[in-house]
Amino acid sequence: MTSEPSVVEVTLESDLKNLEVAEEIVRRVAGTAGFGEESEHQIEMAVHETMINAIWHGNKNDASKRVWLRFEIHKDRLEIRIRDQGVGFNLADVPDPCSGDNLLKVSGRGIFLIRTFMDEFHVKHLPGSGTEVTLVKRIDPAHQVKKGGTDREHESHNSTS
Amino acid sequence: MSMKATIRQVDSVMVIDVSGRITLGEGCAQLRELIRDQLSKGHKQILLNLADVTYIDSSGIGELVSAFTAVSNQGGQLKLLKLTKKVHDLLQITKLYTVFDIHDDEAKAIASFQQA
Repeated sequence: MTSEPSVVEVTLESDLKNLEVAEEIVRRVAGTAGFGEESEHQIEMAVHETMINAIWHGNKNDASKRVWLRFEIHKDRLEIRIRDQGVGFNLADVPDPCSGDNLLKVSGRGIFLIRTFMDEFHVKHLPGSGTEVTLVKRIDPAHQVKKGGTDREHESHNSTS
Repeated sequence: MSMKATIRQVDSVMVIDVSGRITLGEGCAQLRELIRDQLSKGHKQILLNLADVTYIDSSGIGELVSAFTAVSNQGGQLKLLKLTKKVHDLLQITKLYTVFDIHDDEAKAIASFQQA
């Protein structure tokens, strides 16, 4: 029998001020999943960069739009889905920021950092309803931080701020 | 916590002590304005002390690159001081670690400007 994942869902206004709200949620979820400090920071940065893409590029900084986040803590991985209401982007169009010509460019490092910090990164276009990014970080039991010996709780929140 | 900065002069070098978040929006804009202001005053030797930077994102890294380029284009030098582990790791991942002149000791960093 497959155990049910712990789930947290949040809907936020498409506003850069909500980046810190999302980061706080990520820290709690990653801590609950048992990630250590370094992995927690990597996940936080990956969500931060994905949120910026969703708010800035996807929703065009339109506060009337929403960004939807879903965290699933599975036994072996943390799966995060972030959905915006934009038209999406083509990963093939994203240049390598570390190549000589791009090294001193001011922008273009967000996707690179997400790919570096997460084990999986997928982009799915949802015709008529936006773009969904999936981030996966595998849980390495050898590095998992035990949280007071308690079992993970099943959480499900849905809030709009 | 948003970005804060204090500026002090040591010999010919303007040392900018940065704390807080250098992220898309306010933090990046503040840093850009600080560098622009120093250059407009003719201060072309700038040492950015990042010891108390709690968070930097890809836009913040881009802003460091922008500052480096702006100062270099005016014949000056911008160096970095006291990177936190997080900033150090990000500069290594993005292959920018070799682009910047990075120091851990302020006196030696100041001296390196004077030798230039």
